[in-house]
Amino acid sequence: MTIATDKLKSNRAFLCLECGKCTAVCPISRYNELFSPRRMLAEGLFYDAENLISDKLLWSCLTCQLCSQRCPVDVRFSEYMRDVRADAYLQGKRGNPSHGGALHYIMEMVSESKLKQNRTGWINGDLKVKKKGDVLYFVGCLPYYQDFFAKDFDFSPVSIAADTVKILNYLGIEPVILDNERCCGHDLYWLGQLQKFDELGEENMKQFEKSEVKTIVTACPECALVLKRLYPERLGSGKYEVKHITELVAENIDKFNFKELGEKATYQDPCRLGRYLNVYDQPRDSIKSIPGVEFTELAHCRRGAICCGTTNWMNCDITSKQIQKSRLQEAVQSGAGTLITACPKCQIHFRCAEMGDENEKTGIEITDFVNFIAKAIDN
Amino acid sequence: MAKSAEKTKKSKSKKVFTPNIVAFACNWCSYAGADAAGVNRLQHSPNFRIIRTMCSGRVTPAFVLKAFNAGADGVLVSGCHFGDCHYIFGNHKAVEQFDKTKALVKTLGLDERRVRLEWVSAAEGPRWAELINEFVEQITALGPSPLNHKKK
Repeated sequence: MTIATDKLKSNRAFLCLECGKCTAVCPISRYNELFSPRRMLAEGLFYDAENLISDKLLWSCLTCQLCSQRCPVDVRFSEYMRDVRADAYLQGKRGNPSHGGALHYIMEMVSESKLKQNRTGWINGDLKVKKKGDVLYFVGCLPYYQDFFAKDFDFSPVSIAADTVKILNYLGIEPVILDNERCCGHDLYWLGQLQKFDELGEENMKQFEKSEVKTIVTACPECALVLKRLYPERLGSGKYEVKHITELVAENIDKFNFKELGEKATYQDPCRLGRYLNVYDQPRDSIKSIPGVEFTELAHCRRGAICCGTTNWMNCDITSKQIQKSRLQEAVQSGAGTLITACPKCQIHFRCAEMGDENEKTGIEITDFVNFIAKAIDN
Repeated sequence: MAKSAEKTKKSKSKKVFTPNIVAFACNWCSYAGADAAGVNRLQHSPNFRIIRTMCSGRVTPAFVLKAFNAGADGVLVSGCHFGDCHYIFGNHKAVEQFDKTKALVKTLGLDERRVRLEWVSAAEGPRWAELINEFVEQITALGPSPLNHKKK
């Protein structure tokens, strides 16, 4: 078994200099010496890839693109991982999914077109939404996270959705919310289940077309990446513009009338929003423009930001925990009392790392960008 | 001859919906209860497949969702009565997990009556038979699950 040449070519694998910068910066390699991007690439290039495909560590890669950022010849390692995983998936190889794979089953189940989901229960009377309009708010997995994580982690994922609508209403936008929106398929894409990804994508694209929207707003960096780049890449482009909520807030920052908050805050760059979509300044500018907020940077920020430790709900282990703990320590060392992140998954992972041993708790407050902005809106 | 027999079988299965139910039963109480129902030769519906778990607390949302994803029409989770658990508080954990499961099933748009949590002790053979009959009847009334691709 070898990796197909066109796959190696399209991911620029032949250009590899074997300099090893990827392994030097990889957050997984830092805590788990058995994991090495350089070796994984070399195995696909020069050797029988059987070992690589059956290796459980294949599923550990965060696809955070920190290695591609540092690579002198721009080898697309994350995309290479996706292609190798697609081969491995066809051979029946699987990683160790977190939470028993419950979230992956949900992703697969919602691709069934006959299923009528009840996912709009979080819309309360104060929020103004429409059935038809120009702007669509793509909610993502938040209603499922509410059922799954809210009780254990003592936070409300749907409050992110509610606060996004609140911000949109504040800007005079009444968003459309699809009753039967499908999962964007982000995780399945990076796990190599491309057929399921396409099925989900087609279902979603059909619904976008039907509702005739011009702009799609999302509060999740993964949904933003999928809608902005992956759907057009695989399924053709739609007639709409995609914006992450941080971009929309930064564009309309003059329209906000913030009240004074008096907090010291820092910001975690989600890998999809930062390195994939190049959104670095917008969230920072928005946070800084709130009066009374003192903004500090983490030691690793912007292009060099370190991932929250797990992606795609896969292979969460002691390595992930160590990455999360070191990231939280960085936040404490930056002197901030609040860690703001623009990705609901980052928040779940950090909150998970804060559970357990009382002595190791950092006590830092973790909040979403949307919740932070909504808190500062003067009513 | 064989062909015509197959044909009648097919036309029958089209008319009558026979649900597929997955029943998770804990090793110490419910599985023994189901065994007791068999030993006592109590007649009950054959539409369910038992999966034995060591404790009902082991049945996380992932188990139930996997069953639905594979096309089950209903899922039964069954364990010891409170105070009878061999792991002391395993069935309390089962309740916690089941609350999550039920919420997820509801959000997914499946009828929440398709999942059920019941306590059956090792001595309650007749109750197991009664429970299965009742559950099969309920699922038959609800019809096939939208994720069941074999029956449309």
